[in-house]
Amino acid sequence: MALLEPSKHSQGSVLGGVNPDLASERQTASFSVEKLTACLDGGEENTRQRRAVVEAIERDPAFSRENQYFQSQNERYEAAVRKAVHLQKKMHEMGWTETGPEFKYIYRAVSGDIAFLLHRIFIRSISMLGSDKQIDKWIPLATQHKLIGSYAQTELGHGTYLQGLETTAVFDSTTQEFILNTPKISAMKWWPGDMGRSATHTVVFAQLYTNGQCYGVHPFIVQIRSLRDHSLCPGITAGDIGPKMNFEHVDNGYLMLQNVRVPRENMLNRFCEVQPDGTYVRQGSQKINYFTMTTVRISLISDEVIMPLMKACTIAIRYSVVRRQSKLKPGEQEAKILDYQTQQEKLLPQLAAAYAFHFINNYLQELFNRGYREIQKNNFETLPELHAFSSGFKAMVTQYSTSAVQICLQACGGHGYSSLSGLPFLYTKIIASCIYEGENTILLLQTARFLIKCLRAASTGQPVPPSVTYLAAVKPGKCPAKNKLEFLSPKIYTEAYQHMAARLVSSAAAKLQDLIQSGVKKHDAWNQCTVQLAQAAKAHCHYITVKNFAETVEKLKTEAGIRRIMKHLCDLFALHGIFSNAGVFLHDGYISGAQMDMITASYLDLLAVIRKDAVPLVDAFDFTDKSLNSALGSYDGQVYQRLYEWAQKSPTNKQMSPAYEMYLKPLLHNTQSKL
Amino acid sequence: FGERGKLRALVINDPDFQHEDLNFLSRSQRYEQAIRKSSLMVMKLREHGIADPDEIYWFKSFIHRGRPEPLDLHLGMFLPTLLTQATPEQQDRFFMPAWNLEIIGTYAQTEMGHGTHLRGLETTATYDPATQEFILNSPTVTSIKWWPGGLGKTSNHAIVLAQLYTQGQCKGLHAFIVPIRQLGTHEPLPGITVGDIGPKFGYDEMDNGYLKMDNFRIPRENMLMKYAQVEPDGTYVKPLSDKLTYGTMVFIRSLIVGDSARSLSRACTIAIRYSAVRHQSELKPGEPEPQILDYQTQQYKLFPLLATAYAFHFVGAYIKNTYHRISGDINEGDLSELPELHALTAGLKAFTSWTANAGIEECRMACGGHGYSRCSGIPDIYVTFTPSCTYEGENTVMMLQTARFLVKSYTQVTSGQQVTGMVSYLNDLSRQRIQPQHVAARAVTVRLNDPVSLVEAYKARAARLVEAAAKNLQAELNHRRTSEVSDAHCHYVVVKLFTAKLSEVSNAAVRAVLTELCLLYALYGISKNTGDFLQAGILTDAQITQVNQHVKELLATIRPNAVALVDSFDFHDVHLGSVLGRYDGNVYENMFEWAKKSPLNKTEVHESFHKHLKPMQAKL
Repeated sequence: MALLEPSKHSQGSVLGGVNPDLASERQTASFSVEKLTACLDGGEENTRQRRAVVEAIERDPAFSRENQYFQSQNERYEAAVRKAVHLQKKMHEMGWTETGPEFKYIYRAVSGDIAFLLHRIFIRSISMLGSDKQIDKWIPLATQHKLIGSYAQTELGHGTYLQGLETTAVFDSTTQEFILNTPKISAMKWWPGDMGRSATHTVVFAQLYTNGQCYGVHPFIVQIRSLRDHSLCPGITAGDIGPKMNFEHVDNGYLMLQNVRVPRENMLNRFCEVQPDGTYVRQGSQKINYFTMTTVRISLISDEVIMPLMKACTIAIRYSVVRRQSKLKPGEQEAKILDYQTQQEKLLPQLAAAYAFHFINNYLQELFNRGYREIQKNNFETLPELHAFSSGFKAMVTQYSTSAVQICLQACGGHGYSSLSGLPFLYTKIIASCIYEGENTILLLQTARFLIKCLRAASTGQPVPPSVTYLAAVKPGKCPAKNKLEFLSPKIYTEAYQHMAARLVSSAAAKLQDLIQSGVKKHDAWNQCTVQLAQAAKAHCHYITVKNFAETVEKLKTEAGIRRIMKHLCDLFALHGIFSNAGVFLHDGYISGAQMDMITASYLDLLAVIRKDAVPLVDAFDFTDKSLNSALGSYDGQVYQRLYEWAQKSPTNKQMSPAYEMYLKPLLHNTQSKL
Repeated sequence: FGERGKLRALVINDPDFQHEDLNFLSRSQRYEQAIRKSSLMVMKLREHGIADPDEIYWFKSFIHRGRPEPLDLHLGMFLPTLLTQATPEQQDRFFMPAWNLEIIGTYAQTEMGHGTHLRGLETTATYDPATQEFILNSPTVTSIKWWPGGLGKTSNHAIVLAQLYTQGQCKGLHAFIVPIRQLGTHEPLPGITVGDIGPKFGYDEMDNGYLKMDNFRIPRENMLMKYAQVEPDGTYVKPLSDKLTYGTMVFIRSLIVGDSARSLSRACTIAIRYSAVRHQSELKPGEPEPQILDYQTQQYKLFPLLATAYAFHFVGAYIKNTYHRISGDINEGDLSELPELHALTAGLKAFTSWTANAGIEECRMACGGHGYSRCSGIPDIYVTFTPSCTYEGENTVMMLQTARFLVKSYTQVTSGQQVTGMVSYLNDLSRQRIQPQHVAARAVTVRLNDPVSLVEAYKARAARLVEAAAKNLQAELNHRRTSEVSDAHCHYVVVKLFTAKLSEVSNAAVRAVLTELCLLYALYGISKNTGDFLQAGILTDAQITQVNQHVKELLATIRPNAVALVDSFDFHDVHLGSVLGRYDGNVYENMFEWAKKSPLNKTEVHESFHKHLKPMQAKL
């Protein structure tokens, strides 16, 4: 513990010790917080390393986020660029490298408030889609920041549906160049990060035309700004797309191309190539072009989704033991709001979800690392499953977490709406994840397509990936549990989820089949089933998440206290899901009305049990005060003093508002003309 | 709509009310713009002779484009509170100066440590008979007044809610008129610490403030004394009902119901128009990309919300009328309907604001990435609307209060008393009681195509949940699933009011499309709460399957009218403030035009290049 004390108290020293309401919560922990933190980090050594990185970054005033909530879009952007540049220096100074073990902790340490993230995607897409020759040429330039890259895929008129992109790249064999064009306004590239003001180069996705034929969307490296004075290159129109709900530090940009010529060698050609005479040659699956996106979808889950969710839980739960309201029992002092069942019912399921998603993320990472190794060996067999997994889980986890962060915000009453709580920032940032890297509804339908295919294959005895064999194996039946305690058995609830997911997938498939057999055209039938299909895909992911949580808890090698509390969280996550989606479990009678009452009883009992460990469970996430940047959620719980102090720093309090002299004064004094 | 149209034209054609897109301004600049427009508004109200409350409301809302402004609390809380709670003498002293804006007031209730639980407020007002003054104090950090709109920079007076102490005894919360800034210089008065609470999630135009008082003295006559009084010697005279001081709050809650409808309507207008302009993917191989509104998933996201917007619109009108009717009775001393009014506004405030809140976000997400840009206008609608889930009574607490009222009504019924109003369905329970089966087992023959029959289904669900909650409350002390009870009750009320509205519509085509929306609203609600309807035996598995099927059929039926249905909300482009939701649908060209005006684009090469990027590249 000694290791983390100094950094945690860095902001609290002037305000006195830990608020006794928060301190008392830590004395009754049923497990070792330190050991749980290590467990989340994947070992004590990782924890040590992570803390060292965080400590080094936070001690450096150049990375301070102290005034973040008071800054304008221009100031935020400038700070992000400054920090990105400074980070290069810092990494050099600390001996951290991009391939070293520290690297993955840097992003967490700077809380994502940094420019050039798309530069990394630029590098990654070249490494994956470029030939060895292209890698040798571009990667050193990029890693040394001789150029700044971006990744220009989304257009004004098209996002998730890539085939619909309208930018064109026409091969001209006489000059051995591609001619890139934005043929109409909806084809303008729109949204790419780092492109509005910073990038000098970008990977442009465009419809390839050669020898008079269209070969679909391909990536091209295009220089957009001068390396000398940063002015726009000929034929390029680019700028910032204007204010958004968040991401003020990122210069999301637009890009218009007018007869911009790039050499033939600028098409990324690991998998496809245009030869000097214009002949198009493909090697391997074209789907590989989208593999970048698939991996990005998975890699964003941890930093962009689970971290903010954990932070929101930390803030809301700590605040809920400091805030007191009304009396539970007459004559006593006002109760901590976390002692109200309604408050527990809001927050504790979100806490359980944070743990559930942490574990499913580990599972997905492993699956992808394995898949990636196969693909490098030119084995594309696992691609459909990886694609379905990345789509479905990205959609489910982002959607769930977004609403969870919103619940945390609203659970903090009025103060949750103050920017100083940190929650509006977390919320407006995480909601973007439901859209970027694939709009969630469309992603769920892609997963559904995969599930339907697998169900058909499995029903006819063909081999399917192990994760979906259950689809054809589930039989009608009833849940065997007889009392509320039996619903705390992972076998019982996992089977309930399995049954429900299989039922939803097969009934959507049956409906689809019926429509087609009754003469409805295939695509119309598909459209008429999409609401059910999306629901089925979500149910599948929910089931896998519950199953994985239960299996992870089973295998945990750590102290008994941690295993016990993790089991409680797993039970809570599972039963909360049944409680909140009662209809789909009741629908075919797998769970009866009486059993639903038992589930409700068990679920509510769990709230009271987990309540006791709520604060230690968020302490284990191990966020420093600086990374939380919240007046409500700091480690010492000095909520009100901090709110008051921070508010006084607001620019609105630093000077007399010009509004008084200009408008209020005449209004207040000029009564004659009004009467 | 004729008067409204005239007021709108008055604002839109007035060059004084034009300004740069607010999305490109800083918080200070937005505050300044709002103050500028508010000041002008006051002049112009008089110039144009606008005096009817509804007309003032529309005029104000057109000028501020539906956004909050620093005088909101002055107009919406300070003045009405003076009217309802000040004595005639106090009205003489304060009302006209306030009406003429020599006094700008706010309403300071919420404290840093206490919000919805009013009895917990800590600010004190101690009566000193020697000087005939009240001494106001903020004894702790948590007692600092925090959040009141217009308090930070604008107001020179505040109505402060404080615990009254006289003759050594605490008499509970009372309201006091407290001057906070020097007239003339606008400097805070000695003993007053006042300022802005800093940036928030939205409400950039509003100077939500803090207020700390140290031994600040005000004359005895500054306590609002229409109901409770403190006599010169310190004797306390009790009010008729302690609920009366909550009157203003009930009024604001009833307004939030109407605001839920309007905010959701705006979001629906934007999302539905944009979905008709946006094309994506293929539905049929080889054909052009279809409008995204042709996708079932998109319809499923948006049409139930459209139906909800219509439903809430009718509920808002109903509750406004009810408020005016009942408050008339209250003025004549008849308090019998106050408990139901309180429960109804609390419950519907929470129910409609939660639903609209989630619905606005759903609309934003239905616009894909562009919904996230400020140019869509939906982020602004959301951040402006979402605090209403918390202010004027935190929603969970509102739901618990309504639940408590429902359970109390149930207990009354079981002890043989009749209840009236929206809860009168509970009376049926006593007749049920004679039979051994409980209400849940009552057979309801539900006709899924008949709104009237669906009202019965919702009624049965609400009755079943109230009964279960009442029994549970007796069994254990803690409240469980109580908020669901209120939810079911409010849902029933909304379906009932929507259905009742249908018979009032004389135009057959309008009635037909509204009936479709009403059915969609009711059936969609069932499909989202199948657990309740199944568990209570109100509907069978087979009926649930039919409900789901009907919902999808209705989506296709409503599709051809979708744009017309949002056009009927009649939002002007200026008021909508959305590039995606433009009436003419020229979305992409105008997004580009909008972006070019962004502050980051003021120079071709941003200064960061010279400050940071260039030096870095030079070094490497």
